[in-house]
Amino acid sequence: MIEAHKDYAGAKLGMWLFLFTEVVLFGGLFLLYSAYLHRYHLDFHHAARNLDTFLGGANTIILITSSFFMAMSITALQLGRRGRCLGLLALTVLMALGFLANKAIEWWAKFEHGIFPGSEHLRALPQGEEIFYSLYFAMTGLHGIHVLLGVGILSFVMILVRRGRVRQEDFVILENSGLYWHLVDLIWIFLFPLFYLIT
Amino acid sequence: MSLTGIKAGASPRGFLSSPQDAGGLRSWIFSTDHKRIGLLYLACILTLFAAGVALGLIMRLKLITPGNDLLAPQTYNAVFTVHGVIMIFLVVIPSIPASFGNILLPLHIGAEDVSFPRLNLFSWWLYLTGAVVALVSIFTGSGAPDTGWTFYVPFSERTTTNVSVAVMAVFILGFSSILTGLNFITTIHQLRAPGMTWRRLSLFVWSLYATAWVQVLATPILGITVLLVFAERVLNLGLFDPGRGGDPLLYQHLFWIYSHPAVYIMILPAMGVISDIIPVFARKRIFGYNMIAFSSLTIASVGSLVWAHHMFTSGMSDLAVLVFSFLTFIVAVPSAIKIFNWLSTLYKGSIIVEPPLLFTLGFIWMFSVGGLTGLIQGAAGADIHVHDTYFIVAHFHYVIFGGTGLGMFAAMHFWFPKIFGRMYNRRTAAAAFWIILLGMNVLYFPMFILGLMGMPRRYYDYPAQFAQGQLISTVGSWILAMGLALMFYNLYAGVRRGAAAGPNPWGAATLEWTLPSPPPSGNFAEIPEVEKGPYDFAPDPRHD
Amino acid sequence: MAELDKRHAPHILSDRLLATVWATLVCLTAITIAVARIDLGFYNILAALSIATTKALLVIFFFMHMKYEHALLKWLLFLACVVLAIFIGLTFFDVAFRLQVRS
Ligand SMILES: [Cu+2]
Repeated sequence: MIEAHKDYAGAKLGMWLFLFTEVVLFGGLFLLYSAYLHRYHLDFHHAARNLDTFLGGANTIILITSSFFMAMSITALQLGRRGRCLGLLALTVLMALGFLANKAIEWWAKFEHGIFPGSEHLRALPQGEEIFYSLYFAMTGLHGIHVLLGVGILSFVMILVRRGRVRQEDFVILENSGLYWHLVDLIWIFLFPLFYLIT
Repeated sequence: MSLTGIKAGASPRGFLSSPQDAGGLRSWIFSTDHKRIGLLYLACILTLFAAGVALGLIMRLKLITPGNDLLAPQTYNAVFTVHGVIMIFLVVIPSIPASFGNILLPLHIGAEDVSFPRLNLFSWWLYLTGAVVALVSIFTGSGAPDTGWTFYVPFSERTTTNVSVAVMAVFILGFSSILTGLNFITTIHQLRAPGMTWRRLSLFVWSLYATAWVQVLATPILGITVLLVFAERVLNLGLFDPGRGGDPLLYQHLFWIYSHPAVYIMILPAMGVISDIIPVFARKRIFGYNMIAFSSLTIASVGSLVWAHHMFTSGMSDLAVLVFSFLTFIVAVPSAIKIFNWLSTLYKGSIIVEPPLLFTLGFIWMFSVGGLTGLIQGAAGADIHVHDTYFIVAHFHYVIFGGTGLGMFAAMHFWFPKIFGRMYNRRTAAAAFWIILLGMNVLYFPMFILGLMGMPRRYYDYPAQFAQGQLISTVGSWILAMGLALMFYNLYAGVRRGAAAGPNPWGAATLEWTLPSPPPSGNFAEIPEVEKGPYDFAPDPRHD
Repeated sequence: MAELDKRHAPHILSDRLLATVWATLVCLTAITIAVARIDLGFYNILAALSIATTKALLVIFFFMHMKYEHALLKWLLFLACVVLAIFIGLTFFDVAFRLQVRS
């Protein structure tokens, strides 16, 4: 009999199916974005100017680099170098925290300027700009939650690696967590141009 | 679930019995055995079904005469909302896949369990959590939600009732449904026994496979939609608020992108059940196996292209009305293919009329009426007249209750002896069936006419010209309730005192019937080698 | 009868390959920012999305190992993307053709 949890390929198939659901979850928001972009494209261009391309670009580089570390940590474990794997995972988590800090600074600056959902300042703007910001908060917010979850998952996997539950011969948990983390990166790859670069 | 009167540990109770020191509720609610999880779902679903039926009966009673004030208007709004939320999200969506799918999928493909047994248990806990949150939304805050089960904006953003909690319940239930779908897809791909090729899968498994894809790819849209309603209410987001540049029609698009395919989550597994039952009682191989399997996939994929037929009168673009009306007609084809194949299987078969077959025939009748009247609404011009009237209420009750409901009852009567190892009283079951069928038609058929006459759905009161139809409909609800009560009583009595059923009372050919009834905890002592198809019956199959 | 081999030996990606992918991704990020500064009208969005898609494919095929996975998984991923494209695309039959009052 085959132990179900030893089914390496099955575990990965399951993970990919889960990633599909994440793609479609964000897909609903992308649908709204595209419909509203179609309706309010001028307002969107105006509003996007107020977003800091530097901060957004920096966050893009941070996430790409963290994805790179994540992929390397899997390679390290596959080669049996556990210490290196742990180090790379720690770097990945650190990058994720950096992303969140950066995001927090960005949001905070917006709040300072009176830009938050339902604020008077937003209500005074053209409707398309308000919609743009609503989408901005919804999409980067949901993405931020995913980053936060990623931090939790990757920290947990670090514990598993340290305890030897995840090891050279049985690393599908690490790989699946990696898949999740790359997905978070993927979504940001689309969010970045849609919010920061359509000026 | 305890079967008193039988010695615990004795093998005839199979997975129903627990080791001496580890029985009780804990051995069920923390079990990763797919059969126990399936029964847990079944118990919850039937309980909530009873609650939904009770609300329906109250609604019908209130509508028995014009001017009746059994319920206050606000209560009436809450009752039809909660009836819809319970029936759709807690009963019909999980109905067959979560209960019979869980119990039978590994048995049908010759596996020891699903791919992720612990995830499976987690799905059930999510389901339970969703149910509890839904109940909380009814009894706390400033009143039960009054939006209808569709939570249409902008009303759902503004009403002071407990919509925020209710949509979170829907989110959790959606998550549960996704995880079940994910588990089933992986299981069907990875855990088929040696020799169990795709073309030897039972049609029930095919239907679960198609359903699982809809669950995985469409449900997240519902998830994000209800999350947004929550964010609109709690965080003041304004994405759907027409006063702030939002477009409420986009909400309707998102909602129906999920909720139309959800109709197929509801009906496909029932079609799978029907396809598995008919050949057994016609003693014939299923006619057009490939076409039925293929049409399940077609229904799932084309069914994802038609959602906006719920929005013909909403003010969306005329082009969209045209396109979606056209696509809707296409999706009727694969459903019709199934009906023709079922009828062809029965044609010249050696038909044995047993309760499962009766419910199956009931399904075909009800689904045909429901499906054909669906086309009237799929035609944009005709829909303008019947949109949001009792016609649509009649239509979807024919499809969902007459289709999925009777499909589920058919499954209950077909697999009952396998699951409990006992047989119910078949004559009582047949009587219950006829009463249910009569009740359903008396209850819902007048609604077609009321709808054509112009009676709008969800209205609290109505003028005298609708009184006759409303009265007949309410009487139908009583007949239906009696039939349901008789059926459930009969099944309950079967669980308690039914005669031993033996491993294969119907002479069916799918793998679960090779096991003792009830099947043992680990399913197959040895993973079977499959050498024949699911409908290759033995020469003399009946050994009763 | 599992489609995907249960004991399939996983492919190990070298650090050098991963570093190359990383460098390409960083370059593409720089390019997309640069392109956004040139006014191309509608084509700005098209350019931004094509670059983003290229980056996404790099992440999927290398970081996420998709290049080395079974064809089945590739097809399923394709299916998921097509479904999403259909959801958004069909919605535009309404959104793009609706008569609306602009404020
Ligand atoms: Cu529909």
